[in-house]
Formats: sequence, structure tokens, C-alpha cells
Amino acid sequence: MISVKNVGFAYKNSVTGEKEKPVLSGFSLDIPEGSAVCVTGSSGRGKTTLAKLLLGLEKPDSGEISGLEGKRVSVVFQEDRLLTWYSARRNIAAVLTGSRAENAALTDELLRETELTEAADKPIRELSGGMQRRVSIARALAFGGDLIILDEPLKGLDEELKRRIVPRIRKRFKTILLITHSADEAKLFGCEKTIKLD
Amino acid sequence: MKRGKGRKLITYAAVAVFWLALWQIAAMAAGSELLLPSPVSTAKTLWELMKTGRFWLSLGSTLLRVAAGFTLGVIAGTLLGAVTASVPFADALLSPLRSIIKATPVTSFIVLLLLYVSPVRTPVAVSLLMVTPIAWANVSKGVTGTDPQLLEMAKVFRFSRMRTLKSVYVPSVLPHFLAAVSTGFGFAWKSCVAAEVIALSRNSIGKALYESKLYLETAELFAWTAAIILISMALEALLVRGIGRLANDKR
Repeated sequence: MISVKNVGFAYKNSVTGEKEKPVLSGFSLDIPEGSAVCVTGSSGRGKTTLAKLLLGLEKPDSGEISGLEGKRVSVVFQEDRLLTWYSARRNIAAVLTGSRAENAALTDELLRETELTEAADKPIRELSGGMQRRVSIARALAFGGDLIILDEPLKGLDEELKRRIVPRIRKRFKTILLITHSADEAKLFGCEKTIKLD
Repeated sequence: MKRGKGRKLITYAAVAVFWLALWQIAAMAAGSELLLPSPVSTAKTLWELMKTGRFWLSLGSTLLRVAAGFTLGVIAGTLLGAVTASVPFADALLSPLRSIIKATPVTSFIVLLLLYVSPVRTPVAVSLLMVTPIAWANVSKGVTGTDPQLLEMAKVFRFSRMRTLKSVYVPSVLPHFLAAVSTGFGFAWKSCVAAEVIALSRNSIGKALYESKLYLETAELFAWTAAIILISMALEALLVRGIGRLANDKR
């Protein structure tokens, strides 16, 4: 079980260096292993901050996060965060550490699963927004791990594609934290629990 | 595509003819080859110079000095840029040095260096000092301008230091580095020749320029200057294109 207990967090003001108004305060959440949990809420409520805390990119000011020790956490960031100077294939392979043959086989498989085979060797700059989103999903699948954090993962994908991609993500990850504005997407992922951040 | 290229060439040729004609008119108005030699006599003198061993020896020696000073300057500037962009203390400690180098007139460096370094090495050291702050500032700008979101991505996906360097930092810094190479090469070339003029370095374009001026060989002075400009432009274009191609191949 991954537990977030009474977590508080505020960003530092980049000019004064002082803490600003807390983004999260006394926030708690449990993510049981093998389940999909959804976090919703309007903009600026701390959804992405929660993802950053779980990824270890920020440290909570108060409270604690447990259950992640020694675990591998993958992510589809809210922004694609792709290496735009590389092709789709190289962006996916960049997170792999296996042998060249293993990496190539897994990359090809994920390119197929995200329906990117045709665009595999094109530079990222030449891909549409939806294709770039799928590269970002394929990269997260390639990294693998015990938990995947999906921050608005289906942004820019059409409904048909969403329906085909989601089961492929669910097949590879049992434990999921989905951050979304959309109740339909939460349903599509089959979230067992939905937490609203207000 | 071909038609566009042809039109471009015609434009270049027209611009060159315009300026050469203007130069010819000015030379005719001056009425003295000693004051302002015509483009034709400059070209003739350059052609005559090219037939001598002295021309090629001076050119080769100067090129070697420029290459040495430029390469060392790029290496030093890149290392300093990377270190000062990553370590705030190093930046605080070393940035006054960059300001001093940038503010010091090139002639002061030449005269000062002549006290400690041989006239043959002074142009190398001067080129190095001119190129270092340019590479330093550009590389530093490239490192600090690297997208923090990509660095977070590299951290989350457990990129090794080498992979982060190769996949994130190097491509982010590359455009700044190429700008430094392009600007720095011109500076290296000009400062090297200036140093050779003052230091009277053996077998050098600078010394040949000085002697042309001393013996009032104005056409020769113009011919050497034309050679300097043409070679500088050609080498700069080759260098930037070469590095750009290399970078694309590595991606």
C-alpha cells in the first residue's frame, strides 16, 4: 500500500525565497497495490504537486509518504517532456537499460501498442500533439515499474484511440494513480476510488 | 529549389559587382595607387603573392596559430562555462575574470603578453583569450537554459549522468556552442593577425601586413587584407557547417 498521510506542501517564492500559500494541506490518500485511484479537481488544487511528491521531485513540508521505498515509479507527465531532438523510437529507448536487442524488441512492441510504428523514426518535432502524447505514454510503459502516475494522459487523443490505449496501459500496470479532469477517463481506467482535491 | 538557388547566386553576384564598382570609382577618384589601389590591381597583386612561397608559409603559420588559439579557447571556455553554470561558488569566483578579459583591449593583452611569451606564441595566447569568454558565456547560457522539466524527466526515468549529459545537456547547449564557434572564429582570426602585426611574429600574415605598410606597398596591403577576409569567411562557413553536420549525425 502506498500511503500519503497528512501531507502539506507549499512552493517557495522564487524571488523572496519564502514559502507561499500551501498547495496541499493535511492531504491523505491510500493507493492499494493492484488498484487504480483517480484524483480530480480544478486547476491549481495541487494535483500535479501530488504527482511530484510521489515521484520524489519535491519533499513534503509536513506529513509523510510511505510504501514507495525501493519501488519503481513511472509517469506520464502533464507536459510531454520529450527529447525533441530525438525520434519517437529513441525517446522510448532512452529510458531502457537492457541489452541493445532487448531494448529494440521492447521499443518495437510499445510502438505497435501505441500505434506509432509508422512514425517511429520521425523527429518529435514532426509529430502531431496526439502522437507526441502517445510517445510519452510509450516511454512510461517502457520504463515499467510498480506504480504509474498518469497526469492527464489522454490529452489530445480521440475517443476511439483512448478506448484502445487504456487497456494496454492497464495490462502493463496494476497500480495506477490517474490525475484527470474528466469523469469519463476515470471510468475508462476503471478507477476503484476517486479523490477530489478542493 | 534550383531556381531559388540560381536567383540567390545572381543576387550575390549583383551585390559583389555593386561594391567592386564603388571601390573602382573611389580608386579612380583618388587617382593614386598609393592611396587607394583599384580592385583590379589588388587582385593582380594577390595573384602575384599567391605564386610566392612566402605567401603560403605566412598563411600556413598564421592558420596554425589561429587554429591553436581558437581550439584552446573553445575548450577552456566550454569547461569554464559548464563549471560556472553548475557550481554557483565557481561562478562567483570566476566571473570577474571573464568580465576583466572581456573589458581589456586586445592591444593591452598583446603588449602585456609580449613581456612573458615569445612573439610566435603571443598570437596564439591572444586568440585564446579572445575566444575563451565567448565560448564561456555561450556554453554557460546553454547549460542554465536547459529545460528544468527535461532534467526532472531524466531524474524520474533514472538516466545515468552520462545519459543526461548526452541526451539532455549536449543537445540543449549545442545551438549556443555553434554560435560561439561562429563568432569566436572571427575574433580568433582578427586578434591573431593583430597580435602578429604588433609582435612581428616570424612567418606571419601580420608581419607581411606590417612590412607592406612600412614600404608603402598599398596594393599588397589590400591584397593581404582581401586574403584574410576571404579565408576567414570560408573557414567560418566550413567550421559551422562541419560541426552542425557532426551534431546531426550524433543525434
